[in-house]
Amino acid sequence: MSRRSTRTVRVRISAALVAATVLAVLLVPPLVQLDQQAVDLSSKLLSPSWSHPFGTDDLGRDLFLRCVYGLRVSLLVGAAAALTATVIGTAIGAIAGALGGRADRALMRLVDTFSSVPHLLLGIFIVAMFRPGVWPVIVSVALTHWLSTARIVRAEVLSLRARPYIDAAISGGASRWRVAVRHLLPAVLPQAALAAVLMVPHAMWHESALSFLGLGLPTHLASLGNLIQGARGSLLAGQWWPTLFPGLFIIVPTLAIAGLAGAWRERINPRRRSELML
Amino acid sequence: MLELQAITAGYDRKAPVVRDVTLSVAPGESVGLLGPSGCGKSTLARVAALLHRPDAGTLLLDGDPVRRWRHRAPCAQRTAIGVVFQQPRLSADPRLRLTDLIAEPLRATGRRDEVRERVAELAPSVGLTPDLLDRRPHEVSDGQLQRACLARALLLRPRWLICDEMTAMLDASTTAALVAAVEEYRSATGAGLLAVGHDQVLLGRWCDRTVSWEKLTSTEAGE
Repeated sequence: MSRRSTRTVRVRISAALVAATVLAVLLVPPLVQLDQQAVDLSSKLLSPSWSHPFGTDDLGRDLFLRCVYGLRVSLLVGAAAALTATVIGTAIGAIAGALGGRADRALMRLVDTFSSVPHLLLGIFIVAMFRPGVWPVIVSVALTHWLSTARIVRAEVLSLRARPYIDAAISGGASRWRVAVRHLLPAVLPQAALAAVLMVPHAMWHESALSFLGLGLPTHLASLGNLIQGARGSLLAGQWWPTLFPGLFIIVPTLAIAGLAGAWRERINPRRRSELML
Repeated sequence: MLELQAITAGYDRKAPVVRDVTLSVAPGESVGLLGPSGCGKSTLARVAALLHRPDAGTLLLDGDPVRRWRHRAPCAQRTAIGVVFQQPRLSADPRLRLTDLIAEPLRATGRRDEVRERVAELAPSVGLTPDLLDRRPHEVSDGQLQRACLARALLLRPRWLICDEMTAMLDASTTAALVAAVEEYRSATGAGLLAVGHDQVLLGRWCDRTVSWEKLTSTEAGE
């Protein structure tokens, strides 16, 4: 009973934090009407106060606004990358599972090849081929994160394919395409959607990591990784707030999203806990 | 004629489950295939329904040899055979309402406009009431679901019916109702039937002739 209630509390806190994140990202920029890029050298590196709740950075920009804008960019990039990765993974897994035979073997060797390279390194390699921008980061994260979804979907399709209801559909005249679209895909979609949501925080971390390394988003764009990267100098000088607040803005929303997705996963599939990665 | 000639089939070429079996069903005839569980009779039924490619042997469907199997088989050949499996739970897509489950073959073959009429006609003949048709598989009993699976198999008016242990999971009254529905369909259309099962009494009363699995395999070995 008490385990159950702690879980409920965790889910409620996660839901509240996700809601707060989404509201902040949607409402703060139009409501505040301040320029997050506005430089004010007279008020640079102020510690947190009532007028600047998170303090200001080394160019006198309000950190709270910068963090909200950064969160907006990071969330968008994370969601787009997670969605793309899931679509690629589902398509490849479904094709491999549904076709079987040589196509299956070839696609699974492709998955093995991709997973034999550390995915952060591969991601860095991919972004390094383009000029810094939003799209290279999305492509890089998407191309390195479809593997586990592909494996899960393939396994699911393989087990579904042997069910008598697929035989019955074939016997009723259904084409290969119809079997895939009508019977196989709807059965794997909940799993794929869950994988996509679990991927969002992971993709946000990757975006931050790439931006922190200076390879991701262009430096003028306030993303959380860029904010932390820009704050390194002030941290050494004793100013903790330009690092702490963007850091919290990465950690808290990603944990909240992961907490919600984890609860969802337990609901649709109580036994399978460790197969999907965070 | 539905003719299985010297069929060898299985899931591993080195150890086939069905060895060199010959069996034929004439139009309008009902043949019962009797055998213990695990002997390979379901595999033979899957071969006869074009759902499993045999390792050797030929299947003649009204004189034409079948060359392609599963989705590759011509639609007309596949739909000439209606199949009912043993486990209704596994033979029904859990997301479809019973109406859609029954109507699936008409939709798959692009004859959507006939759906309403055919389902309304078939549901009472297999003993399904209208309120059951709106439910999903988990909301009905095994017997009710198997009735829907039978309706689905009859939907495209197949010339052959293959019932693979159709009643093994069901109670006596449902069994009687399903067998009656099959026989009613056969007397109206003259379809042939291959009923696979292990219940000698049932198959003996249901079918024109019954063949036992041992006899089928041993005579073939002797020839």
